[in-house]
Amino acid sequence: MTSVWPWFAVAMLGAYHGIDPSMGWLFAVALGLQERSRAKVVESLLPIALGHLISIGLVVAMIAWAAGFAAAAPWLRPGGAAILILFGIFRFVRPRAHPRWVAMQVTMPELTLWSFLMASAHGAGLMLFPILIDMPMPAGTAHHHMIASGISHPSLMQGIAVVCVHTGAMLLVMGIVAILVYEWVGLAILRSAWVNLETIWAGALVAAGLLAFAI
Amino acid sequence: MALWKPDQTFYPSPRMAMHAPPEKHAFVVAFNPTPANGKHDALTVIDLDPKSRTYGTIVGRTEMPGVGDELHHFGWNACSAALCPYAPHPHIERRYFIVPGLRSSRVHIIDVKPDPRAPKIVRVIEPEELAERSGYSRPHTIHCGPDAIYMSALGAPNGDGPGGIALLDHESFDVLGRWEVDRGPQFLAYDFWWHLGHDVAITSEWGTPNMIENGVAPDLLLNNRYGHSIHVWDLRRRRHLQSIDLGPENQMALELRPAHDPTRTYGFVGVVISTKDLSASVWLWHRGDNGWSVRKVIEIPAEPADESLLPPALKPFKAVPPIITDINLSLDDRMLYISCWGTGDMLQYDVSDPFHPRLTGSVRIGGIVARAPHPKAGGPVNGAPQMLELSRDGRRVYVSNSLYSAWDAQFYPDGIKGWVAKLDANPNGGLTLDPDFFVTYEGERPHQIHLEGGDASSDSYCYP
Repeated sequence: MTSVWPWFAVAMLGAYHGIDPSMGWLFAVALGLQERSRAKVVESLLPIALGHLISIGLVVAMIAWAAGFAAAAPWLRPGGAAILILFGIFRFVRPRAHPRWVAMQVTMPELTLWSFLMASAHGAGLMLFPILIDMPMPAGTAHHHMIASGISHPSLMQGIAVVCVHTGAMLLVMGIVAILVYEWVGLAILRSAWVNLETIWAGALVAAGLLAFAI
Repeated sequence: MALWKPDQTFYPSPRMAMHAPPEKHAFVVAFNPTPANGKHDALTVIDLDPKSRTYGTIVGRTEMPGVGDELHHFGWNACSAALCPYAPHPHIERRYFIVPGLRSSRVHIIDVKPDPRAPKIVRVIEPEELAERSGYSRPHTIHCGPDAIYMSALGAPNGDGPGGIALLDHESFDVLGRWEVDRGPQFLAYDFWWHLGHDVAITSEWGTPNMIENGVAPDLLLNNRYGHSIHVWDLRRRRHLQSIDLGPENQMALELRPAHDPTRTYGFVGVVISTKDLSASVWLWHRGDNGWSVRKVIEIPAEPADESLLPPALKPFKAVPPIITDINLSLDDRMLYISCWGTGDMLQYDVSDPFHPRLTGSVRIGGIVARAPHPKAGGPVNGAPQMLELSRDGRRVYVSNSLYSAWDAQFYPDGIKGWVAKLDANPNGGLTLDPDFFVTYEGERPHQIHLEGGDASSDSYCYP
């Protein structure tokens, strides 16, 4: 972990998902308003963060597995990059593709599953691919074929750390936004400040894919 | 096209929507009561901008491709429900009307965005497609839901029941299928709406197409065969939960107006006529400790009338029934508006305490016997306030005067001359007729009215 930049990027992505109303804070605020309870807002944030964590964790595990299994394979980097670009294009074409599941009366396990589905449909974990494959390895874990292919093999601990930093940043930002909106700002802010994050995200996915190709 | 910011006509809560700017156009569907002459039904546009030179006149008209559709109710592709937190899509545009033909079962998708004065038909869903995908026919109410467009229908393609709700994709407008997973004992259908905060839907009952399309059938009515129940549903699981019978004499439980505040669990339903005494009534449904129940909160008695002034169907009763055909609730859940298509009254009730409504205003236009004049018409008018729409700020009420072609003839045998009138409402109580606003229709009859940007019956909200 020689460089702090990949970790900063991981945290910033988490913060971005924390700000995005469709990733969870708005649901927490809605549930709080429905019961007129700030405690309900706070209580709802945890299952939402957990669902997000599981979604991200699965993607990170898949990337780590692929890197461990086929780090030497020439297709890993372009393959991952292509998935990013294609998914980004899909989000452009169908920006409102989202699960149509649950409604306002949700249990906490349902809220976790909802958050998992939203994060997965959004491709939240995919963006970690270019960061993960270029993340410096802990000393002593590198194999010569990985160095030859220019792809690092994230260790288990590194993977867990990435997921935790990402979700921690998301939860922190989500919590701040939710409480600010619930207590002081009010939901009218949605009308002016809810910019089309879907389009930005789709563009970012494509850009990250292109970047992964280029590096 | 996706927008950069949420559609500015979407509001998180009904209270915020009350601060929306005043509407500049009204969209009114108008149907041709004599389809044999080959004339088409149309979506018409009335200029509502007081600063405009064409204020209070029809400035747009788009004809349907078929003849004999009987346009009736219609609704938006998207509304404030797009902000709901579990399936948000706030960058969709409020742009298209879903306009069904109640008789033809053709569903028209009409674009009013590029130029609201020149609506453009972009797609027509044929009755066969609706029937094949959903099993339904005679589409009626449209509501833009958080996850799809919901459309009620009176029955099956053969004109019998059951009626129910079909779902349309909110982007492609494809018919997705039947909404109900388990309809329980529900058979008759008409209107529907919901309590989004509680995942509860409510549906009401009129009659199957065969029971209504040839006019109100006296034997069915006198035997209390038209709908007299409302149904409570699990909106999320699409299952019937409870039927609530208003009593068999309370014939035709039609328009449903749940509280706009999604935390509340009550609403109002209008009953057209009681076969006991010809009165009309409004009922409150509400949730208590033992499930949902109803109680009558407003009863409007029939008015004695000279037999010679009554249409043949009413002569034996020597009275004019009020005939409540539409009701509408202000966005702050404070004022309930009621149109009495028989007597000609438009009534305003303060329902701050929903269990004890208080009459705060009334205006009479037309009516079966009264034929109350409108100043701008220069004399008596026929028909009476029927479909009513209320502006988001709760200050302007627009009404049209026809009910349903086959039924118009029974109550107004001289033939209804179509008009749209406007009333000014005081949000704290009080209702006056706007003497300068009177839009007439030649040879066709206006029905439901929707206001540009939304109104009191167009949007659903997920936040209080």
